[in-house]
Amino acid sequence: MVRQLPRKIGFKLIVVVGLTTIVTIGIYSYFNIKTQRENLLAEVARHAMQLSETVRNGTRYDMLLNQRERIHIIINDIGSDPAIGEVRVLNKEGAIIYSSRTESIGRMVDKRAEACYVCHAEDKPIEALPTSGRTRIFRLHPDSARMLGVINPIYSERSCWDASCHAHSKQQRVLGVLDVTISLADVEERIRSSAFEVGIFAVSTIFVASLIIGFFVNRWVGKPVGVLLNATKQVGSGNLSYTVPDLGEDDIGTLAQSFNTMTMKLSEARLQLFQSDKMASLGRLAAGIAHEINNPLTGVLTYSSFLLKRTEQNPDLHDDLKVVVRETIRSREIVKSLLDFARQSIPKKSLSDLTEIIQRSITVVEHQLSLKGLKIVSNLTPQLPKITLDPNQMQQVFVNLLLNAADAIENDPGTLTIDCRMLRLPPQGITQIKTARCPKGDDLVTSTFKIEGDPSIRVKVRRNGDTGFIMLDPVYGRNHHHFEVDTENVDTMEILCPDCNASLMAEAGRCVVCRGPLCVLAVPSQGEVEFCVKRTCGWQRWLFADSAGKKEHVEVRVADTGIGIPKEDLPRIFEPFFTTKGQKGTGLGLAVIWGIIDNHGGTISVESEVGVGTTFKIRLPLQ
Amino acid sequence: MSKPIDILVIDDEQVVGDAISLVCKAEGLNVDTAMDARTGLEKLERNTYRLIVCDIMLPEMNGFHILDALKRASVLTPLIMITGFSTMQNAVYSLKNGAIHFVPKPFTAEELESAIHRGLRYGELRRDNILPKGEEDLSKMPVRCPVEYYRLGNSSWVFIAENGSGLVGVTDLFVKTIAPIREVRYCGLDSEVTQGTACVKIASKDDLVHDVLSPLSGRIIETNNALLSNPEMLEKDPYFAAWLYRIIPTEVAHGLEQLTSCLGNH
Repeated sequence: MVRQLPRKIGFKLIVVVGLTTIVTIGIYSYFNIKTQRENLLAEVARHAMQLSETVRNGTRYDMLLNQRERIHIIINDIGSDPAIGEVRVLNKEGAIIYSSRTESIGRMVDKRAEACYVCHAEDKPIEALPTSGRTRIFRLHPDSARMLGVINPIYSERSCWDASCHAHSKQQRVLGVLDVTISLADVEERIRSSAFEVGIFAVSTIFVASLIIGFFVNRWVGKPVGVLLNATKQVGSGNLSYTVPDLGEDDIGTLAQSFNTMTMKLSEARLQLFQSDKMASLGRLAAGIAHEINNPLTGVLTYSSFLLKRTEQNPDLHDDLKVVVRETIRSREIVKSLLDFARQSIPKKSLSDLTEIIQRSITVVEHQLSLKGLKIVSNLTPQLPKITLDPNQMQQVFVNLLLNAADAIENDPGTLTIDCRMLRLPPQGITQIKTARCPKGDDLVTSTFKIEGDPSIRVKVRRNGDTGFIMLDPVYGRNHHHFEVDTENVDTMEILCPDCNASLMAEAGRCVVCRGPLCVLAVPSQGEVEFCVKRTCGWQRWLFADSAGKKEHVEVRVADTGIGIPKEDLPRIFEPFFTTKGQKGTGLGLAVIWGIIDNHGGTISVESEVGVGTTFKIRLPLQ
Repeated sequence: MSKPIDILVIDDEQVVGDAISLVCKAEGLNVDTAMDARTGLEKLERNTYRLIVCDIMLPEMNGFHILDALKRASVLTPLIMITGFSTMQNAVYSLKNGAIHFVPKPFTAEELESAIHRGLRYGELRRDNILPKGEEDLSKMPVRCPVEYYRLGNSSWVFIAENGSGLVGVTDLFVKTIAPIREVRYCGLDSEVTQGTACVKIASKDDLVHDVLSPLSGRIIETNNALLSNPEMLEKDPYFAAWLYRIIPTEVAHGLEQLTSCLGNH
């Protein structure tokens, strides 16, 4: 399940949409934080500039009057604010004259240091300084908060050189620098918390968006696609009656509807193919019967009609012969209608009551059987569910089986038993392969070798240079395979198609029981089946049969206490033209029955013991 | 060559051979039988027959092979095909390839008698009509049907009218083999007829009843009731006034393909 997740289209959509959300919101958040930081710093710089201007203006008059003590006091007072790092005034030579930190007064500042570098990059100082160049951000120690410094040059004024103190010369334009530093700890804290908030917003937006997208993708794409996928698997495994539930009016809903239409058409086509195939064989059969029966009828009709003309003087005989002629002509019409039926009529399957059909069949043969002194014991379940079948064909099956049974009872007044019951049967012993194909499409099922009367699956085995065949049992789990080569104690062998030599070996995977090689065959419109080819193992897996699970069946048994069928005849009794009745039988009865039951998706089997009796078992699936 | 034998029966079923012999002998005809096609052809080489009655389904060679062999050997003996496997295709194929009639098994003595009677009459007519040189094919007997007509063998014809219905009748040759005519018997209106099967019976004055095989499949919508009171009309005007019935044909194109166009006669 987890391994399959990355392959699901819903999951892929969620991942793609989620990634898009993450990238979009990530970029937005990055630029948002960046702008905020820049704005805050600009604000702090502007604030520091204002402060610097205020200090310069506040001390200007005192400077002009050379009131040094007052300047000290003002600078100290301003510098005592915790947000202000240091306020100092440097003279032209770089000596600190005033400072809010008294310990640094008199110290020289290196002109190459950061604060001075803007003006003193070249040795000659510049006199005017652009505002943007006046601010700098630095750290006093690597682990302390960042500081913002603003330098403000103090320009020379007239009274600076002509006052009584004569402190400065007239040529000097810039007398010193006011340097104010402000701690950025507060600002940094605000930036950090703002980044945190944006981050929280981004993550929760991504999370909520993904949840919403995930919910709807799963609802509109994931679930319907899953349902469709399941349907294609069902149909692929041969269940053409499977329909996709209503998936709404959107594209996937329309897809589901067209899928249903497609499977319906496919199912109809298959049914039609199946029926035309059946009709073709029935037609050949009827044509054969018609030809055979018309010759003896010619004898009867010609002789009787000939005699009829010659007995006009004998009214008694004439009347009797008239009956013979009339009835023979009637037989002629029956045979003709049989041919017509085989040529054009389509068998009509309908929901029918099997119990009723059996009872009707008993009524048909009862009179004939009572003449022989035979008794029919019927044990029928009255509440059998209705089954889709052709009632006429099914009646033909039971009438033929009952008459066969009556024929088998020779001397003693015997008993015929017919009963039916419901069964739940696993696929083993019932499901049968009718066609199996190699990868190139050759049919491997052969009628030349039959296992219990069913055509077997022939595969070729090549080992150590010599080849041989294995006939696989076409019935699931019965394992009556026929080996013409020894497959025991052989590790390297090839399993091939007898026609085209395509490999039938499973590429990966060995028998789960004996680790022997596996033979894989494709069953059209059903799936694949796997056989272990070791004689003693017999492991096999028919996924389509297993997935179908147990199925409801009706079992009808027709038993007699007759002469029984010899063991050597048992495998052949369903073959056309096989008869033990000599001139009495055509050998078609059981073949026709087998065909009818087969066409109804059922199975017919026989158990018999010479001298004890015979039991025919018919199993018909309910669905 | 010995005196002509009347009839050769080729059928692998003893009882069929016996039955035909019985009916023929009662009519004063002598019969020879063969159980397979090879024996039949050998007998045809050795003796002269007035008529052949032949089964289609035979061991090794079938009845159609015999028709072919007769054509190749320019044997002009009329042949009646009989079969238990009476499909439309077999009937039509036989008639197209020179059989003068097709009788499905099982048949009554009367049906056989009338077919044999027609066959023998046919042979006589052929002797009277001198065929053009090189046209020794039995199917080339002169039939005077109008050009736009199609015929099933030499016995019945169909004419597709402008409204799509098909007018059906019998050929002059067929009339000549059964005349004088006493009565025409129809099967009911609205009944379905199949190509190559009997739909109308014509009784002749010698108490024989002859089946007319329908040249096309379809539903009968009209019968020519004038023939009920005046059946002799058939002998005078079999192609126009004495049509038998009108059908709404099914599968006209395919049906006509199986027939012979009367165009070739003129």
